Formats: sequence, structure tokens, C-alpha cells
Amino acid sequence: MENNNIKVLKGGEFLVRESTPDTIFIPEELNEEQGMIRDMAAEFVEKEVSPLLDEIDAQQEGLIPSLMEKAGELGLLSTSIPEEFGGFGQDFNTNAAMTIAIGPSFSFGVAFAAHTGIGTLPILYFGTDEQRKKYLPGLASGQLKAAYCLTEPGSGSDALAARTKAVLSEDGKYYILNGQKMFITNGGFADLYIVFAKIDGEKFTGFIVEGDSQGLTRGPEEKKMGIKGSSTTPIFLENVKVPVENLLGEIGKGHLIAFNILNIGRFKLCAMAVGGCKAAASVSVAYANERHQFGKAISSFGAIQYKLAEQAIRIFVSESATYWASDLINRKVEEMKASGSSYWDAIMTAAEEYAIECAMLKVMGSETLDYVVDENVQIHGGYGFIEEYPAARPYRDARINRIFEGTNEINRLLTVDMLLKRALKGRIDLMGPVKAVQNELMSIPDFNTEKDTGVLAAECKAIANAKKAVLMVAGAAVQKLMQNLEDEQEILMNIADMMMEVYGAEAALLRSLKILNLKGETIAQPYIDMTRVFVSDAMERLNLHGRHALAAFAEGDELKMMLMGLKRFTKTEIVNTKALRRSIAARLIEANKYAF
Amino acid sequence: MKILVCISKVPDTTSKITFKDGDTKFKTDNIQFIVNPYDEWYALVRALELKEAAGGSVSIIHVGPAENDPIIRKALAIGADNAFRINAEAKDAYYTAFQIAAHAREEAYDLILVGKETIDFNGSAIGGMLAQMLEMPFESMCSNLQIDDNKLTVEREIEGGKEISEINLPCVVSAKKDLAEQRIPNMRGIMAARTKPLQVLEAQDCEALTHIEKFERLPEKGACKYIDAEHPEELLNLLHNEAKVI
Ligand SMILES: Cc1cc2nc3c(=O)[nH]c(=O)nc-3n(C[C@H](O)[C@H](O)[C@H](O)COP(=O)(O)OP(=O)(O)OC[C@H]3O[C@@H](n4cnc5c(N)ncnc54)[C@H](O)[C@@H]3O)c2cc1C
Repeated sequence: MENNNIKVLKGGEFLVRESTPDTIFIPEELNEEQGMIRDMAAEFVEKEVSPLLDEIDAQQEGLIPSLMEKAGELGLLSTSIPEEFGGFGQDFNTNAAMTIAIGPSFSFGVAFAAHTGIGTLPILYFGTDEQRKKYLPGLASGQLKAAYCLTEPGSGSDALAARTKAVLSEDGKYYILNGQKMFITNGGFADLYIVFAKIDGEKFTGFIVEGDSQGLTRGPEEKKMGIKGSSTTPIFLENVKVPVENLLGEIGKGHLIAFNILNIGRFKLCAMAVGGCKAAASVSVAYANERHQFGKAISSFGAIQYKLAEQAIRIFVSESATYWASDLINRKVEEMKASGSSYWDAIMTAAEEYAIECAMLKVMGSETLDYVVDENVQIHGGYGFIEEYPAARPYRDARINRIFEGTNEINRLLTVDMLLKRALKGRIDLMGPVKAVQNELMSIPDFNTEKDTGVLAAECKAIANAKKAVLMVAGAAVQKLMQNLEDEQEILMNIADMMMEVYGAEAALLRSLKILNLKGETIAQPYIDMTRVFVSDAMERLNLHGRHALAAFAEGDELKMMLMGLKRFTKTEIVNTKALRRSIAARLIEANKYAF
Repeated sequence: MKILVCISKVPDTTSKITFKDGDTKFKTDNIQFIVNPYDEWYALVRALELKEAAGGSVSIIHVGPAENDPIIRKALAIGADNAFRINAEAKDAYYTAFQIAAHAREEAYDLILVGKETIDFNGSAIGGMLAQMLEMPFESMCSNLQIDDNKLTVEREIEGGKEISEINLPCVVSAKKDLAEQRIPNMRGIMAARTKPLQVLEAQDCEALTHIEKFERLPEKGACKYIDAEHPEELLNLLHNEAKVI
């Protein structure tokens, strides 16, 4: 039974509120139908995509488009499109599961995510009914392939500085678009381009531009470091006539489309990355079991076991965080619909509500992926450097994830910026808890040395304290630096990293406890172990980030006091992480794959 | 054309197989179960193709407890019209065939398809037993199946070639690789699966004729010896004197 008395956690509120396991969703709870959808996606990747990775990377003519159509036939392109527009109206949890399953599909996955995410969603969420009726069925079936054109040669991170211009024709029937877009995924073959341009050079606005429009030219394919099979081209717009009925959303409100779509794009990117991680980690375990040196499988060496365990821990954390967010988005959508909002408003409001979580997930997912594929190469030794082995491609292809959909620097900045804005607007109460922490700093520390008993009780307490550490550092930074904080990006990065440590740790903690409640201690044990290692390490990282931040803006007695507070708030019981990692590795080695 | 496809539940091919209770029972903890690939990929998909070409219906039957329903719904998601589950543990091949036969007698199927074997017990027994119980002709391990005017033409691979035979309907056919191409269930099928009829039938009285005494693992593979390609005589020597196989 849903407990309606519990108010759903707001975006960013995890930092000032404790959640209980019963309020989160974990992948272990996916129902039979959701499981079938996930398995279908995994089967599609295994049977249709994986055998063709080399051909895809060689950009064999028409191959990615034909695979997209196959995905469309299965319904994979339209899981999130409502039934009335030819889709299957699945919720965010189901889509998370499906996207994770599509994850290990390399260049195809990039094309898929661009099409279903940033390509299709602008029309789905911001289109008029006519636009939806005209384009969604084709996008759902894969007959139409979509691309999203925001970046320009002169404007990447600073997307709103776009120079592409739109001018209304004299007869008022068309907008005439001129400009150049850069690095457009699916650019080489898309039928529909979502293009952002400034009307009269001022009003940033979205347009739906058909691929065969006169004056639209697809530039040559970029030669890339990775995801070589995915099409990335510039798009040139030279007096392209776009019918006025293809204006997307409202004039001058293009940023709402661009940014809201990116929220969901970031969430999706994280889910794709988690899927890629799981596959790469499985490759690592299998190789470590198979490869013998010094008369033993290399998986018997502690140094390798450390890597296998650490891969699993980080994946587990990122995956737990992904489902926590997907479920929050779901709940918000349902809550909005129940109070009379349209489906579209509900989705947009929910995506905006959890923009902080989406930004953090984007960073966590892409950085976990980079860690996992890097150690995958290392576990393969020299063979990791050789194309024939399944380590080089994941390594090359992972790197882009830290760059597109907002670089990780931009997402870190956004994480903190959005949090502070929310506090300022009174959407969440940050100042109250900050004051409480400051009072606690002045008070006598709790010398309660009693050991916390109970499963993960120490971790529970550590996370509650970690939140105080973040609040202390962030609160002091704001008070000290005021508007100047914006220019102290190093400090903002520290705060963002601290927030992510806490978010990840709590997601892992809640999932472990929920598994414990649902399935008992034997099954929950590896999850508990992973949580213990992560929390123990996260507290040390929190301390380091906190020290860097504090030293940057405080001095003298004040600095001393806050450093003491930081020490107090990041204190943990010493944990034998070596032993825990070994036991996690043992389970992976036994399963011969990523097993969580 | 009314077709019945028999499906069984087997451990996923990547499962690590272990036993319990003094090696008399298969340990199912943490095992992922799937539809037996020969039943799903070949028997079921060929049945669906026949229906798509000439109309009719495809029903699924499974002997097993309610916890196996997900396997049945997977088959429904792939495209079968309806399903029957005989509510009993599939004790052995005879027992299972007996239950299916009891149902099939009531329903007058034109064609009954089974996989050539299950990938866990590899008994290959049900098809033949079923045909005998129903007094129908049986063709085993077919890699091609065509229907023309109530006549079934099937192809089997035999030593050094193919055997093509014609049989009359109704009959029982067991499916081998190449009979059809695996289908991935699509979203529409998955969403429809839960609304398709799944009828639970009580089992008929029947004694199993066999029981499992014990499972035994294969001995661990020994170490691998490499022989210099320049010295094939060393291989002969080892096979003759050490392995004593030639
Ligand atoms: C393979 C590929 C596919 C792509 N697909 C698409 C697509 O389909 N559609 C689309 O519109 N775009 C796409 N892009 C573009 C991508 O989103 C941009 O490359 C990205 O947003 C970064 O912009 P930029 O390259 O101009 O880098 P810049 O913005 O120049 O950034 C350079 C560096 O400076 C940092 N930086 C920038 N601003 C700040 C700041 N304010 N504070 C601190 N650091 C800052 C960045 O984090 C980065 O490290 C794609 C790119 C690639 C490589």
C-alpha cells in the first residue's frame, strides 16, 4: 500500500531530508512485464546489434538506420510515447530498465538515445497536437529518424549564445533559417532536425526542420576518437524555409525546450552508461577468470579483485541512484496528473523538479563508466590495447559521455546553482538546516561512543552526518562569498562532488535496506558490503573536498572550527574494506559476470 | 489449422548448475529460467508462421506449477493465442506426455509441435510418447516443415544428407534448429500477453515411470598439453602410450 501521508521528496531535498527504504524503487522490484520489456531490449542488443559492431563502426551505409527501424518494429523507440500517438506509454522506471538494457550497444546506443530522447521528446512534450499527429507515429516506428541541433561552432556549453537566425518571411508563412550547427548526432541521415535559432537574432526558439528542406545541407562525418559508428556531422542552414506551423513551443521560449529535454537526456545518458558499465564489468570478470598468469587465474590476485569489486560498487551505486530518481519523476508525474494536470505539463514539471538529480546522475553515470572501462582495459593487460578484445571499444566509446548533454563541469555547476536557486525561491528549506548545523558546530559534540548496532546503522548515521558536512561547507561558502561564489568554480565543484557522494551513498544504503527487508540478509549481504565500502570511502572523499573548499574561503579560528566540524561530520568507524572487497569479488568471480 | 505447442521451463544457458540433497535435486536458487529454446525459437515460431500464412490458432501447453506462469506469458508475448497450464510438477517424460495427451484428446489439434529436447534433461522423449498416446504419426528433429492440402512435408537431416517425408495430419512433430528463426517478442505482444487466456487445468492421475537417483558432475577437465606443430609424431605417441585411445 502506498503511504499517502509521506510527502514525496522534492528535487534536491535529499540533502536536508532523510528517506526510508519503503519510499524508493529498486530494480529488484521490476514486475514481470517490466522484466520482459528489459529482456526484449537486451535480446535486441545481443542478437541484432552486437554481431555487427565492426560494421557499425565502419559506418556501413544504411546500417544504423535499418537497426533503428528494427528497434521501431519491436516498439523500443516508442516506450515513452503515449498510446494515443502510437506508443506504449511506459513509466520512467520501465524506461530506465529498458535503457539500461540498451546500454551496451555502443554507437547504436548513441543513435538510439539521440533519436528517442533529445530527437523525439521535444515534439512529444512541446509539439502542438498537429505536430504530434504528423511526426510521432513515424518517430515511434523508426520510419523517421530524428536529430537535435543545439550546438554551434561558436556556442557549445554556452548554448544560448547560438547565432543561427530565423526571420519570418514577408508573407508570414515561413521562417527563413540561416546558420550552422555542429556535432549533430544522427546528422548524416536524420529525417527531422530539432533546430534552435534566434528569431530576429534575439528570441531563442525551437523549430522542426524536415531533412529534405531546401537549403539544409548535411556536412561530412567527423572523424572521431570513439563511437565511430554514430553519425556526427555539421548541419548547414542556408535560407531554409520552415513553415510557421513547424515552430516548436513558444517564440522566445526555446530555452525551456532545450533545457527540459536535456534534463531527461541526462537521466537517459546515465541509464545507458549504467548498462554499458554492467556489460564491461561482466567482460572484466570473465576475462579475469579465464586469464592465467603465474599458474593461477588473475582473478585470484588481490589487486585484480580490488578492481572487480570497485567496478561493481560504483555500478551498484549509480544504478541505485538512477532508479531512485526515475521513481521520483514517476511519482511527481502521477501526483500532477491526479491533481488535474495534462500529461505534458506533468512530465515537464517532474523533469524540472528533479533537474538537480538528473545533472548529478549524468556526471555519476559517465564517470562510473569511464572508471569501469578503464579498469576493464587494465584487467586485460596488453590484450586490452588490442582491438580484437572486448576492452578497447568500450574504452574509446565511453569518453564522449563526459562531454555531451552538458559537459560534466557544466553539470556540476548546475547542480549547485540549481540547489541554491531553489533555496532562494523557498522551494526547499536549506537555510533552516544550515542554521541547525551551524548551531551544532557551536555546541558540545556528541560524545556518544556507543557502537551503532543493526545492519548498516553506522552507515545510516554517517550519511546523516555527511549531509551536515555538505550543508556546513555550502552554507558557509554562500555566506562568505555571496555573489562572488559564482566565480569560485573550484569551490562549486567541491560542493557538487560532495552532493554526489551523499546522493550515491544514500541511494545505495536505501536499496540495500530495501533488499534486506524484502529478501532477507543472505541475499542482501553483497549489497550491504558494497554500501559499507562505498560509504567508508565516500566519507574520506567528502572530507577532502570539504577541506579544499573551506581552505579556499575561510581562515583563522573560523577555519579551524569548521575543519573540526568537518572532521566530526565525516567521521566513520574504520571498516576493513579490503576484506569486504574480497568478498564482493568472490561473488563476481563465482557468477563469472556482474551479478548485482 | 489448430496448433498446439508444448513448452517447458529450463535454466538459462549461462546458469551455473549445482545440486542439493545429496546430489538428488537440482539447486534452483538464483537460477534464471527461460523457455526451452527448441520450444520457443523453433516450434513456437514455426507454428506462428503457419498461422500467419493460413490462419488458425496457436495454443501453448505447459505442465508445471503457477510459479512457471512467466514462461507461459513469454510464449504468449511472442504471439501464441492462448495457453493451458496443467497444474502439476512435470515428474518425468511419461507423466508430462500423459497430461498433455489428456488435454489434446479433448481439443482435436491438427498439429502438435514440441522441441527436439529440453536443454536441461535432454530426454527427447515427450514427442514420441505423445504421438503414441494420441495414436498419431510422429516426425522427430525436423529442420523444415511445410503444409499443403492437409499434407505435411518435413525435412530431417540424416547421415550424409536429408530425408524428406510426407505425413498426414493430425500429427506430432519435434523441432530442431533451422525450423524457424528466433523472434524477439515486441512491445505489442508483451502488453497483450497479460490479457490472453491462460487456463489452468488439473492434472490427471498418473504415476511417473522414472525417478532421479542421483546427479553426477563431469570430471574436471584436465590440463591442456601443447604439442609443437613441427612434431606431429609426438601427438601419435601421446595418444597411443599415454591416453591409450589409439
Ligand atoms: C560525438 C558528439 C556528438 C554530439 N551530439 C550533439 C547533438 O546531437 N546535438 C547537439 O546539439 N550537440 C551535440 N554535441 C555537442 C556537445 O553537446 C558539445 O560538444 C558540448 O556541449 C560542449 O560544447 P563545446 O564542444 O563547444 O565545448 P566548450 O563549451 O567550448 O567547452 C570546453 C571546455 O570548457 C568547459 N567550460 C565551458 N564553459 C564553462 C563554464 N562556464 N565554466 C566552466 N567550464 C566551462 C567545458 O566543460 C569543457 O571542458 C555532440 C558532441 C560530440 C563530440
